[in-house]
Amino acid sequence: MTKSANKLVIFSDIDVEKALKNAVKKPRPDIISELRESALKGRGGAGFPTSVKWNLAASAQGERKFVICNADEGEPGTFKDRVLLTDYAEQLIAGMILSGYVVGAKEGIIYLRAEYTYLKHDLEATIEKMRGKKLLGKNAAGKEGFEFDVHIHMGSGAYICGEETALIESLEGHRGEPRNRPPFPVTVGYLGCPTSVNNVETFITALHVVEKGAKWFKTFGTEKSTGTKLFSVSGDCEKPGVYELPMGITIQKLLETVDGTGAKAVQVGGASGICVPAKDFEKALAFEGVATGGSIIVFGQHRDMLEVAINFMEFFCEESCGQCTPCRLGTETLLEGLDLLSEGKCSLKYLRELTSLGETMQVSSKCGLGQSAPNAFLSIIENFKSEIFDTRCSCR
Amino acid sequence: MPNKENNTKLGSDRAPASSVASSVEVAKNEKDLGAMVAITIDGKDIKIPFGTTILDAAKKLNIKIPTLCHHEDLKVAGVCRVCVVEVEGQRTLQAACAYPITGPMNIKTYSPKVRKARRHNLDLMLKHHVGECYSCFRNNNCELQTLSKEYGVDFYRFGHDSEPHHDVDKSSYSVVRDMNKCIQCRRCVRTCIDLQEVGALEAINRGPDLDIDTFNSLPLGEVVCINCGQCINRCPTGALRANDPSDEIWAAIEDPKKHVVIQTAPSPRAAIGECFGLPAGTSVTRELNTAMRRCGFDKVFDTNFTADLTIMEEATELLVRLKKALVDKVDVAFPQFTSCSPGWVKFLEHFYPEYTDCLSSCKSPQQMFGAVLKTWYAEKAGIDPKDIVTVALMPCSAKKFECNRPEMNDSGYKDVDYGLTSRELAQMIQETGLDLPNLPPSDFDDPIGEATGAGLIFGATGGVMEAALRSAVEIVTGIKTEDVFANLDIIPVRGFEGVKYMEIVVPAAGPVPEILSKALGGLKDFGFLKGATLKVAVAHGTANAKKVMEDIKAGGKFSQCHFIEFMACPGGCLGGGGQPIPTSPEIRAARTKAIYAEEKTLYSRKSHENPTVNLIYKEFLKDGPCGHKSHKLLHTHYIKRGNKIV
Repeated sequence: MTKSANKLVIFSDIDVEKALKNAVKKPRPDIISELRESALKGRGGAGFPTSVKWNLAASAQGERKFVICNADEGEPGTFKDRVLLTDYAEQLIAGMILSGYVVGAKEGIIYLRAEYTYLKHDLEATIEKMRGKKLLGKNAAGKEGFEFDVHIHMGSGAYICGEETALIESLEGHRGEPRNRPPFPVTVGYLGCPTSVNNVETFITALHVVEKGAKWFKTFGTEKSTGTKLFSVSGDCEKPGVYELPMGITIQKLLETVDGTGAKAVQVGGASGICVPAKDFEKALAFEGVATGGSIIVFGQHRDMLEVAINFMEFFCEESCGQCTPCRLGTETLLEGLDLLSEGKCSLKYLRELTSLGETMQVSSKCGLGQSAPNAFLSIIENFKSEIFDTRCSCR
Repeated sequence: MPNKENNTKLGSDRAPASSVASSVEVAKNEKDLGAMVAITIDGKDIKIPFGTTILDAAKKLNIKIPTLCHHEDLKVAGVCRVCVVEVEGQRTLQAACAYPITGPMNIKTYSPKVRKARRHNLDLMLKHHVGECYSCFRNNNCELQTLSKEYGVDFYRFGHDSEPHHDVDKSSYSVVRDMNKCIQCRRCVRTCIDLQEVGALEAINRGPDLDIDTFNSLPLGEVVCINCGQCINRCPTGALRANDPSDEIWAAIEDPKKHVVIQTAPSPRAAIGECFGLPAGTSVTRELNTAMRRCGFDKVFDTNFTADLTIMEEATELLVRLKKALVDKVDVAFPQFTSCSPGWVKFLEHFYPEYTDCLSSCKSPQQMFGAVLKTWYAEKAGIDPKDIVTVALMPCSAKKFECNRPEMNDSGYKDVDYGLTSRELAQMIQETGLDLPNLPPSDFDDPIGEATGAGLIFGATGGVMEAALRSAVEIVTGIKTEDVFANLDIIPVRGFEGVKYMEIVVPAAGPVPEILSKALGGLKDFGFLKGATLKVAVAHGTANAKKVMEDIKAGGKFSQCHFIEFMACPGGCLGGGGQPIPTSPEIRAARTKAIYAEEKTLYSRKSHENPTVNLIYKEFLKDGPCGHKSHKLLHTHYIKRGNKIV
């Protein structure tokens, strides 16, 4: 697997211990200001401004607060957190300490994907090492009166537990099912306490931003999407792997980087993302363009897009928590529709009905899973309708 | 004293909370800064307290937002997505039942986007909802059916299963589960886990495979279930129902050899009218008597008679326990717990088996009545008890289980043959074409149709305690109870507070009445209780019962009580699992009001003044309350079940 040779932000050099100790010397509002200035947005995909989240958690009332690292990297085609957890664990934990300092939390939890159980041992060793360096524990990072520690909680293999409120339910020992929002975890989170949940990449990026400054960070990316992003690139390209690239890079440019030009389509954002056809490859990978948590799946000319859609929809049928009606039964209904399509038995009228159902799922599902479950379906139907009908439909 | 080492693994946190209903606290004081929020719903402006849900705000404007998974008694779920509304500026629709308003907003409750989403979600729910409305007991009283009509469902847009995909689970004496009709709103789950803290039902699997199921998918009759039927009352469809014996009862009525007797509990009469379009809280006691006769029951008796008898037995038992503890200095189990509610009894047997000694050994009024009918009544009426069929009209599904408990045959026969719910009797009456509200009223049959107000209020939470106190105070002190409690109303034990507590200092000691002298070992007066503080408590709903039990385990306030009334169902029997559907705090309050109003019209409001009760002790149970014969017929024993079924 290729790891990007570029050392822009996340992969750039940093003295973790020094950076952390510098950071906790600063007053909390200064750190939040720096983050606000940097316009750093959450790297999990939803793009919520990190400064706002930390500020909300910091100002929320509560004796006990938590910082949670969402390491339940489950989006199909995403594997960048694995790289960070493997090679940059110290930076991650330092980012969590920084966050704990800012929001006033004493406890940090890494919710680690079940499939990453093999990383647990090394992560724990890193935590122990940092305890040894007195970066964790009482007077953490040399900051008088600041106490913070981290432990790991294993997931059990449910995709839905990457949704932050489902993750919290799972932490509390319940079925991993999303909660109603509001209230948001920053005010009512784990055990009812204010909780800041961030992606692995966000913690690390925040550490770099606070050490090296918002100005430096903003030299990367676009005005609305500052900094860089890790992309997990897979599929029909010569050089799949994890790449750090500036935000706002076009799909075409990315494909050139990974030797994937000539692709028919690119799935941006994994199963819950959208399928971008070749004609739209000039679109930018950014919050104002095509947003992504980092998953890029390249489809070559030989790929059957209906098969692709079926594959993604099967995934959602499997992974929907089953709590709310539109997601539980909508995913199933769309999958049945795709099967009808592949048998050449889906009328255009029914396809319109399904498209309309997809829109209902997007607006009426309880959480992000259900809301994004029809994305792949809708974008593939929209962009590859003629391919699908030309190859399958008997009533052309 | 209960042995603490006996605890089963089913500890205090046996039932995990259902998905946490995190919410924003509603502002209480309107005058606080920022307490009120100005919002607009469908063009109408209103100011509402911070934290109010969209659904509640809309109610204040008389705007109806449809709901399905929402229930007033339960935690918020926000899963059916039928109540979605459009909030200006938000990309997604919001569930009105779950969305707390914390800032100004403009809400549309019936925009095209909203109506489309609701219709789609209904279409989806109907996909796997198998079962024709004609053959469903919830026909015309089904929330899914009503919504389908309101949203103009005229075809199955996304298909509709024609074949059932689950076997109907009839393993329980009390609750039948037909999961073919389940739409997975999880009201039953939230009822069982949060409201009752039993945890017999939970969601299993994910996505389209999601099911509501029992532990290990075992039949309901083989898992820890207390049969309270609260899940039935809150199911929006016909997926849950009681185990209906009416076919067998009709057959018995038609059999000329059988003498079919029905006893009626206090609660159905205050609620059954709801099945005939009457508002909640309309009592139809005497019309119901006529209806039952016309259905063909040979005799119509009042369970309140054995409620009075229960008071005599249970109060005597309490006095005996007190005497043993205070006079004889013997170790006896305290507090004494009531045993009228079979749901509560099974709850205790499962979750607090080490406390079965605290349970009063008295049978419930239903079972006392059965035993009396097949002995004393059979003798008096000259009928062979084998030809008597005893039916019990009850507000309760657990009563069906109770009458089938193998030990309940002290008359030499099955004491009570069938437990019939209010809903099922309403169905029988409808089948006969009778217009219940407009029938000519009639009385209960003699000789055991006579009951006091004390028996009647058994239907409400606190009623058993109040009835017991009315008699106990008078017997112990020798002072008329109405001179201690104005108008005989013992207000502290009434009402819907989850757990109620009361202390009474015994002001005087009266002589031991003749009838009790044997049970109390020839004691002359109640001097041993003079000046003592009697501590009593009342809990309704097993979640509240659990609170009290945990407090007792921890040696808290309630462990110092002498007598505690427990009812499995919220609101007491009036909110029982066999009562008309729907249920809500308002409906239960209205039923309660009806009972307390009716009580005032009765000739006596103290159980020990019931002439038939005195007659039965004179004629039949000759050695008095808690005597040898009453022990054989009116008392029972319990099973330390723990997590075992038997």
